Amino acid sequence: MSKEKLLEVKNLKQHFRTGRHSVVKAVDGISFDIYEGETFGLVGESGCGKSTTGRTIIRLYNATDGEVKFQGEDVHGKKSAKDLKKFNRRMQMIFQDPYASLNPRMTVMDIIAEGIDIHGLADSQQARKKRVYDLLETVGLNKEHANRYPHEFSGGQRQRIGIARALAVDPSFIIADEPISALDVSIQAQVVNLMKKLQKENNLTYLFIAHDLSMVKYISDRIGVMYFGKIVELADSDELYANPMHPYTKSLLSAIPLPDPDYERNRVRTTYDPSQHDNSEEPEFREVRPGHWVLCTTKEFEHYKKEYAPV
Amino acid sequence: MENILEVKDLNISFDTYGGEVKAIRGVSFDLKKGETLAIVGESGSGKSVTTRAIARLIPSPPGRIKSGEILFEGKDLVKASEKQMQNIRGKDISTIFQDPMTSLNPTMKIGNQIMEGLIKHQKMPRGQAKKRTVELLELVGLPNASERVDQYPHQFSGGQRQRIVVAIALACNPKILIADEPTTALDVTIQAQILELMKDIQKKTDSSIIFITHDLGVVANVADRVAVMYAGKIVEIGTVDDIFYNPKHPYTWGLLGSMPTLDSNEEELVAIPGSPPDMLKPPKGDAFAPRNEFALEIDKVQEPPMFKVSDTHYAATWLLHEYAPDIEPPEAVKKRMKGFAKTGTIRTSEEGEKS
Repeated sequence: MSKEKLLEVKNLKQHFRTGRHSVVKAVDGISFDIYEGETFGLVGESGCGKSTTGRTIIRLYNATDGEVKFQGEDVHGKKSAKDLKKFNRRMQMIFQDPYASLNPRMTVMDIIAEGIDIHGLADSQQARKKRVYDLLETVGLNKEHANRYPHEFSGGQRQRIGIARALAVDPSFIIADEPISALDVSIQAQVVNLMKKLQKENNLTYLFIAHDLSMVKYISDRIGVMYFGKIVELADSDELYANPMHPYTKSLLSAIPLPDPDYERNRVRTTYDPSQHDNSEEPEFREVRPGHWVLCTTKEFEHYKKEYAPV
Repeated sequence: MENILEVKDLNISFDTYGGEVKAIRGVSFDLKKGETLAIVGESGSGKSVTTRAIARLIPSPPGRIKSGEILFEGKDLVKASEKQMQNIRGKDISTIFQDPMTSLNPTMKIGNQIMEGLIKHQKMPRGQAKKRTVELLELVGLPNASERVDQYPHQFSGGQRQRIVVAIALACNPKILIADEPTTALDVTIQAQILELMKDIQKKTDSSIIFITHDLGVVANVADRVAVMYAGKIVEIGTVDDIFYNPKHPYTWGLLGSMPTLDSNEEELVAIPGSPPDMLKPPKGDAFAPRNEFALEIDKVQEPPMFKVSDTHYAATWLLHEYAPDIEPPEAVKKRMKGFAKTGTIRTSEEGEKS
C-alpha cells in the first residue's frame, strides 16, 4: 500500500487568552501525519484539546503557531476567497451534537444543499434535487425526508443528515468530532458501519475524534492519545492496545469497562500520576518501535526501547 | 436474601397533546438487599421513568401511574402521600442524576446542599451536619474538603461535581440508591473512579443500587443482575453472567453485537436496524418484531410472555416457546460469548502478563 500523506500537522499550537495574564494552551505543539485513505483516531479525556485540534485543522480557529499542510498546501495563512473555497470543498466536518449542528429553520434539502449551492455544483434545480436525494439514499434515509425539518428526526437520523451534508461537496477528508457520542449504542453501530462503508466507496480519509476507546479502536487504523494539549503516544491501533507504553495510555486503557463481567471482576486499574516523570528534561516525541511514537525523556526512551524491543 | 423493593406490573402513561404515551407497560422486578441491579436499554425504553416512579418523581400531570404496585419494605409507594414521600426521598431512597452540571443548585454552596438532607431527615444540628458533610466529601474523594464546602458548584470540575452529587445521595445512608446514568457525562478515567467509589460505599453501607445505563461495559463492571428494557417492558432479566454469556432475547443479542470489543475485529458491527417504536401507538404484538430478524409470525400478533430460562433468568421472546424453531444467535454474538468464556486472553500487555 502506497502511503501518501494527505495531511501534515507540524508543531501545531492553539492558545486561548482567557484573561489579561492567563493563557490556556489547549493544543501545545503537536505533530502528526494522516495518510490517504486511513482513519486516524484521536482520543483523550475532555479538555485535552482533541476537539480544538480538529477545529484548528479545518480552520475554524486560526492556529497560534505551527503548520497544517493539506495535500502539500498550507491550510492557514493568507488565502484568497477562491483558494479558501477550493480548500473548504476538500475538507469537511461532522459535528458531535446532531441537535445543535443542524439549523432548525432549514429543511433537510437546504441543509444538505448548502455546500452544493456555495460551490455551484448543481447547474439546475433538478440536478440539485437529484444530488440531495442521492445523498439521502447513501446515508440510509429516503427522499421523502428532504422536505422535513431537523426536529422531525431522531438523533441517529440527524447524524446521518450531518454526514450527508459533509459528503455533499465530495470531500476527500472528513473530520468527525465525536460523531457518535450523543447516540444510543444500537444506533452508534449503525452510524459507524455507515461511515466505514462510505470510506470504502469514496476513498475518504477520516480524522475520528472520540473518547470511547473501544469504538476508536474499531474504526481507526492509527491512534493518537492526547493529554493536556500534547500527543503522548501515537501508534497503529492494534499496536497501541497491545503495547501501550506511556503511563497515561495505560491508565486510559485500564479504565475502559468492557462488556464482559468475568474480565471486569478481575480488572486492575492503573492510575496516572504526571509527577512520575522527570521534569528536569523536556520530553520529546520519539519513535520507540517502527511507527510507535511516545512522548518521553531520554532516560524513559532507553527504558521503553529495552522493554518493548521488537521481537 | 430478602427483597427490599418489589415492583409489580407497573403501568405508567403520559398524557400529551398527541395522545397517551404508554411509557411503561407492565414492568415487574424485585431488588434484593445489598445487590446492584442494572437497567439497560435505549433512550425512550422507559428505564428512567421506571426509577423515577420508584422515587415518585414523575410530574403529574402529564404523568400517571395507571396501575401496579411499588412495594418498599412492604409499603406501597404508589399510594403514599406527598408528605410521606418527602420523608422517604433522600433518606431511604435517593437518586444520583445523570447530569452533574444541572443537578446542583448553582446559587447554593455545595456544603449547604449536602447538609439539607442531614438537617431535614436526621434532625442534626448545623454544626454537626457540617462536620458530617466534610466527612462525606472526604469519603467521595474530594481533596481539601473542609475548605471546599463553602464553594459554589461552578468552582468544581465535572467529575468533582458528580462526586458532590454522590455525596448528597449518600448523606443519609439510603437503603436504595438510584443511579440514573451517573457516569455518562464523564470521561472514562473519572467514570472508573466514580464506579469504584460507589462499589466501595455499597460494601460499607450494604445499600441496594439500581443502576441505569446504556453502556454495557459499565453494566459488566457494576451489576449483580441486569434487566434489559425495550419499549416500556423488561424483555430479559437475569444475573450479569446470564445476560452476557447466555443471552436469549434477540434485542440483547443486538445490544451485545453492536459494541465493539477491544480484541481485533475487522467484521462489521451487528447494528440493530431501524429505530425504537413510537410509544404513542405501540405496535401490535412484540414491539421489537419490526427490528428483529428472528421475528416469528406470532410476534406480529401476540406479545410474548416471560419465559423462564433458569431460576434467575427470564426472557420475553417467543423463541423460547417449545414449538419455536431452534435459532442460533448471530455469529458475532456467539463468537463474543465464546471469547468471553475464556477470559484474560487478549487485553493490554499488563493484563497479559498477569494471566
